[in-house]
Amino acid sequence: MRENVLKVENVTMQFGGVIAVDNMNLLVNEKEIVSLIGPNGAGKTTAFNVITGVYAPTNGAVYFRGQKIVENHPQGKMRKLYKGENNGKYTGVLSPTPDRITSLGIARTFQNIRLWKSQTVFDNVLIAKHLRRTSNLFTATFHLNGAEEARMRRETEELLEILELSDVRDELATSLPYGKQRRLEIARAMATKPSLLLLDEPAAGMNPQETDELTAFIGRLRDEFGLTIFMIEHHMDLVMEISDRIYVLDFGKGIAEGVPEEIQNNPRVIEAYLGGAIDE
Amino acid sequence: MKKTRDVVISVVLIAALLGVLRYMELHISPQSQWAMLLTVLKKGSIYALVAVSMNLLNGFTGLFSLGQAGFMMIGAYTYGILTIPVAQRANVYMYYQGGIVQFALPSILGIVLGGIAAAAFAFLIGIPVLRLKSDYLAIATLGFAEIMKVVFMWDSLGPLTNGSNMLREYPTFKTILYPFIVSGICIAIIVMLINSTYGRAFKAIRDDEIAAEAMGINLAHHKRIAFTVSSFFAGISGALLAMYQTNVQAKSYNSAMTYEILLIVVIGGIGSITGSVISSFLFIACSEWVLRFLDETHRIGEFTVPLMRSGFRKVVFSIIIMVIVLFFRQGIMGTREFSISGIINRLTGKSKKSKGGDSNA
Repeated sequence: MRENVLKVENVTMQFGGVIAVDNMNLLVNEKEIVSLIGPNGAGKTTAFNVITGVYAPTNGAVYFRGQKIVENHPQGKMRKLYKGENNGKYTGVLSPTPDRITSLGIARTFQNIRLWKSQTVFDNVLIAKHLRRTSNLFTATFHLNGAEEARMRRETEELLEILELSDVRDELATSLPYGKQRRLEIARAMATKPSLLLLDEPAAGMNPQETDELTAFIGRLRDEFGLTIFMIEHHMDLVMEISDRIYVLDFGKGIAEGVPEEIQNNPRVIEAYLGGAIDE
Repeated sequence: MKKTRDVVISVVLIAALLGVLRYMELHISPQSQWAMLLTVLKKGSIYALVAVSMNLLNGFTGLFSLGQAGFMMIGAYTYGILTIPVAQRANVYMYYQGGIVQFALPSILGIVLGGIAAAAFAFLIGIPVLRLKSDYLAIATLGFAEIMKVVFMWDSLGPLTNGSNMLREYPTFKTILYPFIVSGICIAIIVMLINSTYGRAFKAIRDDEIAAEAMGINLAHHKRIAFTVSSFFAGISGALLAMYQTNVQAKSYNSAMTYEILLIVVIGGIGSITGSVISSFLFIACSEWVLRFLDETHRIGEFTVPLMRSGFRKVVFSIIIMVIVLFFRQGIMGTREFSISGIINRLTGKSKKSKGGDSNA
């Protein structure tokens, strides 16, 4: 059996009276491509934000390779608010900052592209290399880390080559067309040397041809780079083609999970989501 | 090959600049109208350092801090307290029985310790304050600077800080080269920091904090580094300013001074080191020298030129600043850098390909 990379256990995220994610459970195995789908406002991005440490969940825990990385319990910050399931099951409070989670090997992209605007394409990727540095402030300032700096730049070139962005390396990140900006976000995330990649709507705003290229590329990420991929996506063609398994979220609740064929034929999913999507 | 050429050219230019400065110093008599030029250059070089240190924080890390005058004051006081010759202490600390510090350190050590003291304060104050964002950070740091000013004037600390009396009689610099060399070295270090991997992380924090954090940049750690390093150099420039002014008094390190530095940064271009350097010389030249004539009463025959009286300089100055802020929001340089290799490339007709080349001093 393959090792499970990411395990989300009973995660609930409550903002005041709104329950964005309600008792969500999911599992991502080594070298799998797993998709999370659901109508707008279903809580998909909130789930990502919990996994990457942006929000501390109201209840539940997240494990990465068997290690607990996020945990919260209703006796913590949201004591008064939480009355839901599994109340009292989680007794620890563990809410690391996003940079800690990234350093463990989980990298993400953003739904609303968040590139560093004043930086070039090359610098955007190079900056993300900062995480895996071995130099300290002194050696970096006095440029005593020449070998490491050269390695960072070489690896950045390689990443840009892989993502076919080498020709625009000196352009400002924000001057790129949408599809390329999304690819650059993936390049930047990969620069942090993750083993699990979280993609938040990687195909949004892409034309059909770009989407096809992206589909092939995500497959390559797994096969050639050995990455595990967990993504949120609305393009059903893309999702159905490359996903090993799919989770469906509706109003914060997980309503179905399974291989693409099962999801396509699941009446609850069709009712909540796919029905509308197929009619389009 | 190209790099060695740039280094050689930079060294030659720096040597030439220092030579010219030395020549001017030796040949301009204190009575001539050009004597003011030397004053401007001295003060300008000191302000250049503090402006660049503020730009590191405001322009490159995106932390809007207004504590610069406070950190300068800490540097200035540290320098003064530690370097006043023992023989002079009874005279300086006349109301406090000679004070409690009864030793004197060499001047250069005093400068470095001035920087370290400012950095230590910054490190401590940074722990709570750097959690704040934008305007709130500005308010908190401004408040800190004002509080420090009052604390330094506090009578109970008199044996250390001489209360509200000034510190004086400490060693000062004899030649104009001194502030230029110290500032030049410090600015070079800041430039090197900005071009290092840490500098790139600072820019990432400025551009998008959330993305920076998601890419594994520890926000608290990096903001603290930027704040502490910036304050270190502000402290050093404070020590230099103390040497230039030959006395230290807490009440002159007020918020107006911070705003002056902020203006220099804005005029030069937020995010441009060379812009800050150029604009600090321009700013000091305008406020100390070029616009002085506006403060004097002028008569043409029987006719007295209206408006020209003491204080009018500040009115004109304010208007210039408003014009800059309204119409030249990018400042002189924007985020570009002035570089010798860039100029050479332009002169030799090569296309400008590499971005971010720089030179200093």
